[in-house]
Amino acid sequence: MSAITGTRVSRIKRLARAGFERVESLFDKIFTPAWNPLYQLGALGWFYYWIVAVSGIYLYIFFDSGVIDAYESVERITHVQWYAGGVMRSLHRYASDALVVMMVLHLVREFVMDRMHGPRWFAWIVGVPIIWLVFAAGISGYWVVWDKLAHYVAIATSQWLDALPLFGEPIARNFIHDSTLSGRFFTLMVFIHIAVPLVLLFVMWIHIHRHAHAKVNPPLGLALGTLIALVVLSFAHPALSQGPVTLDSLPAEVGLDWFYLFLYPLLDDYSGLAMWALLGAGTLVLLALPWLPRKRPVAAVVDLNNCNGCERCVLDCPHSAVRMAARSDGSAYLQEAVVDPALCVACGICVGACPTATPFRRRSALQAGIELPEYPVVKLREQSLSRCEKLEGHDRVIVYGCGRGADLNAVAGSSVAVIALPCTAMLAPSFIDFMISRRHVDGVFITGCREGECYERLGARWMEQRIAGERDPHLRQRVPRERIATFWAGVDQGPVLAEELAAFRARLRGLHDTDAPVSVRQRKAVVHAG
Amino acid sequence: MRVSAVQIVAQVAAYAAFMAMLGYFATMPAYTYVDSGAAVVTLSFRHAGAPVRECRRLTPEEIAALPANMRRPTDCPRERVSLLVELRLDDETLYRASLAPSGLAGDGASSVYQRFVVAPGHYRLSAGLRDSRREQGFDHEMAEDIELLPGQHLVVDFRANTGGFRLL
Repeated sequence: MSAITGTRVSRIKRLARAGFERVESLFDKIFTPAWNPLYQLGALGWFYYWIVAVSGIYLYIFFDSGVIDAYESVERITHVQWYAGGVMRSLHRYASDALVVMMVLHLVREFVMDRMHGPRWFAWIVGVPIIWLVFAAGISGYWVVWDKLAHYVAIATSQWLDALPLFGEPIARNFIHDSTLSGRFFTLMVFIHIAVPLVLLFVMWIHIHRHAHAKVNPPLGLALGTLIALVVLSFAHPALSQGPVTLDSLPAEVGLDWFYLFLYPLLDDYSGLAMWALLGAGTLVLLALPWLPRKRPVAAVVDLNNCNGCERCVLDCPHSAVRMAARSDGSAYLQEAVVDPALCVACGICVGACPTATPFRRRSALQAGIELPEYPVVKLREQSLSRCEKLEGHDRVIVYGCGRGADLNAVAGSSVAVIALPCTAMLAPSFIDFMISRRHVDGVFITGCREGECYERLGARWMEQRIAGERDPHLRQRVPRERIATFWAGVDQGPVLAEELAAFRARLRGLHDTDAPVSVRQRKAVVHAG
Repeated sequence: MRVSAVQIVAQVAAYAAFMAMLGYFATMPAYTYVDSGAAVVTLSFRHAGAPVRECRRLTPEEIAALPANMRRPTDCPRERVSLLVELRLDDETLYRASLAPSGLAGDGASSVYQRFVVAPGHYRLSAGLRDSRREQGFDHEMAEDIELLPGQHLVVDFRANTGGFRLL
């Protein structure tokens, strides 16, 4: 039964992933991969948070927290200084709404992309209270304006809270009559509306704490675009109050902010306790997701005989799973790499960064300073050689890719060998050098996750930089760059990948006329003839 | 990074669509909380019932058996009785419930907050509250003719120290 359920879940995930990738492909074309907002959901969330914070500070300067003063001061801010306070109020609201959209999309996307298992549990788990805090901050904000919507929010929220056996006196009693309404309550709400976002900021910081090179700022162009759009919206459709509160009548019809208050209408049909149970169950499911049964790859291990303490693996690890420590084997090197298995996802990026992961080694057994036990470098060399041995033609290509991008097997053929790595950046640049300069192939084609959206966050970026000679270990200058191609392709971009590969092979055939590397078989023939 | 004119137009369209979604769902569609043609009666108060039994005078032997710092002449229970409350509109009982005292020891006040949406019109509103150990009847009662207007919110409150039930 569980297997059937698991299959259904994975099918749903595959469908959702395909849906995301289609939209991402469209956005790649519109925004370019560098500015694609779907690759920047977390960073955009941070950006909207800062807009909310800055606009909130401005509004607080002019805001009065009294029962009557609150509404009047917000009206003054909105209408008297519409060009500044009014815009700030609208930015405050719309950026808050946009923050919810980014948060939900970020959550769903990380879920369908399976980014909550292994060491990623930490960011996922810390993300769950962020959801509660964002909603608490937003809902308390609607409360302090004290217009008709605030009246509704106050009644509905307090009735909902009163369902919990926490309060001696129903909080909702505060809003039944002018004589029961206290200005102190508003002071408390303002305090909550300021304190909760501060706590939120702290938790957001913890959320990204374990990410190396965490993206907290969207690209400038995307940030400017979204800010300008928000300002335009603020002028075109300013956020307004919905009339002063009169406690001797109840708000009949209110304009709900559905981003924050979408659950509230359910309180008409379901008890407060049922709704708390729903939220509690949803929260528990989210908290449990990282620990659903799943095969976990074996973490990278350090071989001290080959580790010289160069620190490249530490710098390249996207999950901060490797650190340097004092040498423990009495070697002359000062430091050694240490892997934290709890944080390692076995992406192999550290292997690709290791200067000893070179296939040229012949004098000693091929063993890198840091290795994936399930996929050692020697196995990668054996696979590379054996799969290229029977390739034919003058456009023999080995494709190194990752299992998260386009289907590699679809491009395999008599002149094309494919190897799927945990992450493309597991491939040390020396492998490219080895395969081309030893003429095992005519060209090396590197592919992986969709551009700008590496599953392991930094793999594609590091690979590009290594090939460009901008990051250690560099690809040696002697390797002809025209015999190397990179193309980042998502799951739905198989046909495009095939086209790119065909074009690359055509270029290789063109090179053959002038600078054709001798094939392995030809080379063997030459050796035998000699 | 080179961006074509088509891309710029498409980006503007994408931003516009996102902002239109934000602008629309920030207030729309409107939600009807209470039918504007209806009236609302809210019964809400907080009141402590009587102790579950009378205080009992301790015998000299019982007093002597107590630790020296805890000796007292009477033994009074902490627990309070549940309140029985009833709200009626003409002949219809809108609400009748037993309200348990709050607190882990059952020694706190009982409270109620109930809202009733009713049609506007002329009614005879009556309310009763039993807060003693009696078995029958109410300790506090009120009855009043009221005229409920569309959209009106009438609160039935109870304050023991100001004469019992009152309408706000």
